[in-house]
Amino acid sequence: MRYSALRVIKEALTGHKGWEPVWRSPEPKKHYDVIIVGGGGHGLATAHYLANQYGINNVAVLEKGWIGGGNVGRNTTIIRSNYLLPENEPFYEYSMKLWEGLEQDTNYNSMVSQRGILNLYHSDGQRDAFVRRGNGMLMAGSDAEILDQDGVRELYPFLDFENARFPIKGGLLHKRGGTVRHDAVAWGYARGADSKGVDIIQNCEVTGFDIKDGVCTGVKTTKGDIGANKIAVCVAGSSSRVMAQAGMNLPIESQVLQAFVTEGLKPVLPGVVTFGAGHFYVSQSDKGGLVFGGDLDGYNSYAQRGNLPVVEDVCEGGIAIMPAIGRVKLLRSWGGIMDMSMDGSPFIDRTHIKGLYFNGGWCYGGFKATPASGMCYAHLLATDTPHEFAKGFKLDRFRRGGMIDEKGVGAQPNLH
Amino acid sequence: MIINHPLLGPRDAAEFVYLGDASLMNRPEWKGEEASDEQTEKTLDAYHDYLYIRENKAGEHKELWYHEQGDRSWLIVTRNTITHGISKVELARDIAVANQAKGESKK
Repeated sequence: MRYSALRVIKEALTGHKGWEPVWRSPEPKKHYDVIIVGGGGHGLATAHYLANQYGINNVAVLEKGWIGGGNVGRNTTIIRSNYLLPENEPFYEYSMKLWEGLEQDTNYNSMVSQRGILNLYHSDGQRDAFVRRGNGMLMAGSDAEILDQDGVRELYPFLDFENARFPIKGGLLHKRGGTVRHDAVAWGYARGADSKGVDIIQNCEVTGFDIKDGVCTGVKTTKGDIGANKIAVCVAGSSSRVMAQAGMNLPIESQVLQAFVTEGLKPVLPGVVTFGAGHFYVSQSDKGGLVFGGDLDGYNSYAQRGNLPVVEDVCEGGIAIMPAIGRVKLLRSWGGIMDMSMDGSPFIDRTHIKGLYFNGGWCYGGFKATPASGMCYAHLLATDTPHEFAKGFKLDRFRRGGMIDEKGVGAQPNLH
Repeated sequence: MIINHPLLGPRDAAEFVYLGDASLMNRPEWKGEEASDEQTEKTLDAYHDYLYIRENKAGEHKELWYHEQGDRSWLIVTRNTITHGISKVELARDIAVANQAKGESKK
């Protein structure tokens, strides 16, 4: 069933009796061409592109809980392609282009809103770094614009420009960045994959791999053993737990990142703003709540909840640039488990076990990467060669000295 | 989180800096001057694993915390990464000295 304005009108006139479930709930078959472990954004996107771009639809997506219940439903919904390094920026720009065509591609309203992202700078040194980053973005075909203080004032007159400690001197504006309705991304991809015959199997936890003589031929699950030619893992924060079942340790630490929503307000914040002197990023959802976040808690965690010092730190960052929100009430906060890699960049690669593939290490940048991650993973699964935009995302890059360290802080995951 | 410092008593975790898995104390031996190619590869593999590979356990996790806003001691904290509950706190120095003694008695 295709969604369209005409369809909405027709259903409205006939009592909304024609709508169908968006995806089926099949029982698993005995064998698939490809099994995708993890029904989050990346897993569903991989399934969608496998079926729609690479013509492989004998595919199952296995999800421990319900689809979209992990990080794709727990992020601050920001999309952007404002990276610096040549291994990263073309990939994220490709992702941005896929975001721009997403709703047509999946025929699903994901509310892609390119409302612009403004990274504030507070010093000359920071401005110079942003000029360099902006040039890197332009070279990869993205958009970037350096604003001076007046330029920022025009967009966001209510920011605290004269802050004594961190006065706002200007910003790097990335107009094509913005936000997307995160749950709808998962649902849209699920629908796109399901419509081509992909089986999405929820409440089905993978408890082991069938590995013999270095070849992976299937998975053990809570719904029985399922065979496959290729098994593709993409489970974000649970990467180490799942891959340990295949006897692999990864260059990843799982850490908790918190996010926050305030009570609903009238429209106040037209785009996404980030603070340059602390770590704080904020946008306003269509329901009116300010959605914001900051730093990791900074220690290993699988708890999906954080602690109070970071809550205080993030709120201080918010007040520092937007004193006007001082009396707004915080409505909710939650934590997601980030698969923090050792250089802050992800992996989309084969493993040393034949038939077993790995996608992870997205740190806290996984959401914006969803479409490109899915496409590049699907490409790898279909052709056994890395996609041209994901060539750097290898598991063995540390051994070869091929780190992709945007921040240049080394193997200290809580600093990325 | 409250870390029960063995010398200073219960302290807020915000006073500490987190480093990571306590296995970071066990740095592998560097290769000798006359190492063969094979030994060199082995050493590089060991360093790769030491620097970049983590067990990343869900559950009991031994980890290094540095009391930067306090007495600047390094602690080994045993903490459950699923519940954030802390079950044991030791001075890293005590463990290092004990390990050294063990290593020497083996020789």
